[in-house]
Amino acid sequence: MSEKKKQVSRRQFLNYTLTGVGGFMAAGMLAPMVRFAIDPVLQTRERGGFSAVVDVDELTNEPQRFDWQIDQVDAWYESKVTRSAWVYKKEDGTIMALSPICTHLGCVVSWQGNDDYPDQFYCPCHGGRYTKEGVNIPNTPPPAPLALYEQKEEEGTLFLGKAIPREGA
Amino acid sequence: MMQKIYDWIDERVDITPLWRDIADHEVPEHVNPAHHFSAFVYCFGGLTFFVTVIQILSGMFLTMYYVPDIENAWKSVYYLQTEVAHGQIVRGMHHWGASVVIVMLFLHTLRVFFQGAYKKPRELNWMVGVSIFFIMLALGLTGYLLPWDNKAYFATQVTLNIAGDLPYIGDFAKTLLAGDPEIVGAQTLTRFFAIHVFFLPAALFALMGAHFILIRKQGISGPL
Ligand code: HEM
Ligand code: FES
Repeated sequence: MSEKKKQVSRRQFLNYTLTGVGGFMAAGMLAPMVRFAIDPVLQTRERGGFSAVVDVDELTNEPQRFDWQIDQVDAWYESKVTRSAWVYKKEDGTIMALSPICTHLGCVVSWQGNDDYPDQFYCPCHGGRYTKEGVNIPNTPPPAPLALYEQKEEEGTLFLGKAIPREGA
Repeated sequence: MMQKIYDWIDERVDITPLWRDIADHEVPEHVNPAHHFSAFVYCFGGLTFFVTVIQILSGMFLTMYYVPDIENAWKSVYYLQTEVAHGQIVRGMHHWGASVVIVMLFLHTLRVFFQGAYKKPRELNWMVGVSIFFIMLALGLTGYLLPWDNKAYFATQVTLNIAGDLPYIGDFAKTLLAGDPEIVGAQTLTRFFAIHVFFLPAALFALMGAHFILIRKQGISGPL
């Protein structure tokens, strides 16, 4: 048995060794670069807090657009950016705060944005439409309802947090 | 004088076979527009290469003024276009060339398709060509963000959302491209710049090299 074991020739041995060493060198070079490049995917970020947006008294049954500012940290660049929401009170008094970002390709929708579709949210980019609850209307481009902001009420003021996407209808 | 220099080098290094191998070959009659005018359709590949050379040269010169920083990118483009001598021309070459190169590539592809030049044994070169087409589209998409104006910003938001729709790896691809899961900002611009100016041109050179080596090995396809 052991005599029949295939001998590794000198040439094969050197080939294997060189390939191995070369492989280690290539991996040693590439590993830091790849980790460097994919860092944004692996970073864990703390979720942003809540911002005061509007007095609850101002809300009606009709969606109104409210803007507020948040501090945004973009790597080495810190800035104030504007967020917007369409906010209204439902008949039962619960508050709906909808993100205006179209779930199709990210344009900005507006309430009654098209005279042909009263009482709907309308996206001018490809004619996407949503009901008052922000649910996408079948046979228009958006694949999912408008995102809903996390919300809390404190001393008559509405605070909004992150916009949470909703599952496709 | 030039001849003397050439001979001096050739005597020592024997460079004649080198360039002969690359440049000295017959142009068959059926691809020569001087013989059959309709053979101009064979020019589109060369024209694509010509415009690509313009893109690479003008792009290299643009980087002398351009900075990939969200505070200054737009200002640097504005400056190079309005204040720098011939800036409008150099930027114009890069700006319009980006569209012309796609048109040429498309016409070249049409010629290859309708002449059936992609058939055996040239299937591999068709695949290389399709890869070049995707690299070109990616160059156009990444370059479009660099002026950092409103159009660039919103077009990129859409581009990133398309990347985000990829099955399974969508979120990963989007964050990898944008540098942040939500923000299109400082990191997006530096990434797009690096991809536009280093990564994609490197891939483009490799593929163009393969494309031309295959053409030399296999020759141009015969007349219809
Ligand atoms: C075939 C190859 C290329 C294509 C199709 C292409 C396409 C584009 C496009 C569409 C833009 C936006 C131009 C504008 O909006 O005016 C752009 C900008 C730019 N490109 Fe390229 N590019 C190519 C190669 C390169 C190379 C090789 C470099 C550098 C080495 C480069 C450097 C730049 C720079 C610095 C800008 C920003 C300046 C500006 O917007 O005018 N490009 N490119
Ligand atoms: S982005 Fe709103 S419909 Fe396409």
